[in-house]
Amino acid sequence: MNAIEFTNATYRYPGDDAPVLNSLSFSIRQGSFSVVLGRNGSGKSTAAKLINALILPNEGNVVVLGKDTVRAADGDLLFEIRKSAGMVFQNPDNQQIASIVEDDVVFGPENVGMPREEIAERIAFALEATGTEQFRHAQVSRLSGGQKQRVAIAGVLALRPEIVILDESTSMLDPKGRREVLDVIRKLQKEHGITVIDITHYMDEATDADEAFVLRNGELAFAGTPKELFARTDLLRACGLELPRAAELAKKLNENGVPVGDGILTTEELTEKLCELLQTD
Amino acid sequence: MLSDMTFGQYYPSESPVHRMDPRAKLLLLIVYIVAVFLAKNFYGLAVCLIFLLLAIAFSRVPVRSVLKSVKGIVILILFTFVLNVLFYTPKEGDVVLFWRVTVQGLVSASFFALRIIFLVMGSSVLTLTTTPVSLTDGLESLLAPLALIRFPVHDLALIMSIALRMIPTLAEETDRIIRAQKARGADFESGNLVSRAKALVPVLVPLLVSAFRRANELGDAMDARCYAGSSKRTKYKKLKFSYRDLLALLVTGALLAGVILCNVYAYLLPVLY
Repeated sequence: MNAIEFTNATYRYPGDDAPVLNSLSFSIRQGSFSVVLGRNGSGKSTAAKLINALILPNEGNVVVLGKDTVRAADGDLLFEIRKSAGMVFQNPDNQQIASIVEDDVVFGPENVGMPREEIAERIAFALEATGTEQFRHAQVSRLSGGQKQRVAIAGVLALRPEIVILDESTSMLDPKGRREVLDVIRKLQKEHGITVIDITHYMDEATDADEAFVLRNGELAFAGTPKELFARTDLLRACGLELPRAAELAKKLNENGVPVGDGILTTEELTEKLCELLQTD
Repeated sequence: MLSDMTFGQYYPSESPVHRMDPRAKLLLLIVYIVAVFLAKNFYGLAVCLIFLLLAIAFSRVPVRSVLKSVKGIVILILFTFVLNVLFYTPKEGDVVLFWRVTVQGLVSASFFALRIIFLVMGSSVLTLTTTPVSLTDGLESLLAPLALIRFPVHDLALIMSIALRMIPTLAEETDRIIRAQKARGADFESGNLVSRAKALVPVLVPLLVSAFRRANELGDAMDARCYAGSSKRTKYKKLKFSYRDLLALLVTGALLAGVILCNVYAYLLPVLY
């Protein structure tokens, strides 16, 4: 079953003539890890907001776990959608509403009127899954960027979503913080079967995704595996994307007489290939 | 610089006062303030002092930290003192020291100064032992009955809690903007008051813009987490009013009674001035 289905979804910001998203159609499998790539202004974040029903498409439909966001314009269905599709935003400083981690994590469950006993279970689960138990009583403002984003994920997880959308959530973090967040997200997808949609402009995050989508000027420019994507250099250039670091290095090695071959995306793959080459020499 | 600033002056500890219900502490402070204002003589103030010292002792907060709060308003206290000395209406038999300064005037001025000092010290015991968050919770709970007359208690509490959350973030940002403007040659230190205030405009404008941007994003984040106002919200943290809080309130009742007794039976006590 598809977790998310865009059918000819078009969105214009009020007052703008040109649509940010133009008749966008694609679907995301349940339980998969997908990345959405594209340069600034390509409509990535708008697509994320459509999934969460923060905005509604002007034309076409966005269906989340069988629920059409257009029909959920108000009322309980809207909260069902927001509950099942949690969203983590870009700026780690602009997502927590309470000063203390625990108080912030309970915000979502409190909003939907959950009984206290259940909230207690949810906090325990959310903090455990994001490895933030030790910050439970800490001040949000004292945490690092990566820790804040993990708390933001915990806040989303407390609502037990089936889908988690990261809207450039790693872009303001240092490499260590980015690693922390991605590890948590991977674990959520693998161990809890949560569908993850990672909107990013870091190509390295795309290498081990199940599926990659590329947006250009509000239209879908590519859908397929990361391997297929990074094999198409012309497309990458046209969409303003780069190769992942390891792939870039592999390309240069190939050009300079070290035949590591095509299709290398990660550091691990490259290391393995190089070791192989050294042994055969 | 600014990022070191923490709102309030919370002193972390596990003392009995720290563990008290914030509602009880708020009520207690109100009663204490009433008592300080009711006191008409030094005996009454002495009763208040005993209570204050008890509170400080039980809170395990260093007296130094409590006194620090007085330091902030030293000018106000001196001002009150001088005014009270100068505008004291002399009675018959008052000892004039010089000009219009009388011994009785000095005594009465000290009385008013002490009143302010006790007031500030009492309030600071509350802020030293209660986190802003639980203070907000306490206020929300105490004001809850006002919701009946459609007073938006919950929304106010949420606004307060978000403000508290954002203070360190905005302080950090102010710090960053100041440094950025300094790097561009802005001068915040020289000139008179007016030109220094003017120099702050290039700091306040970007700060305001960024605050609006943050508010916008925070609003989205709240929406995404199913915020829909107070209608069906539950509250995870429940405040617990324990026997200890009741005991403290009884002691405060005794304080009030003590001050009133001192006022009523003042004629039985030796005259101090």
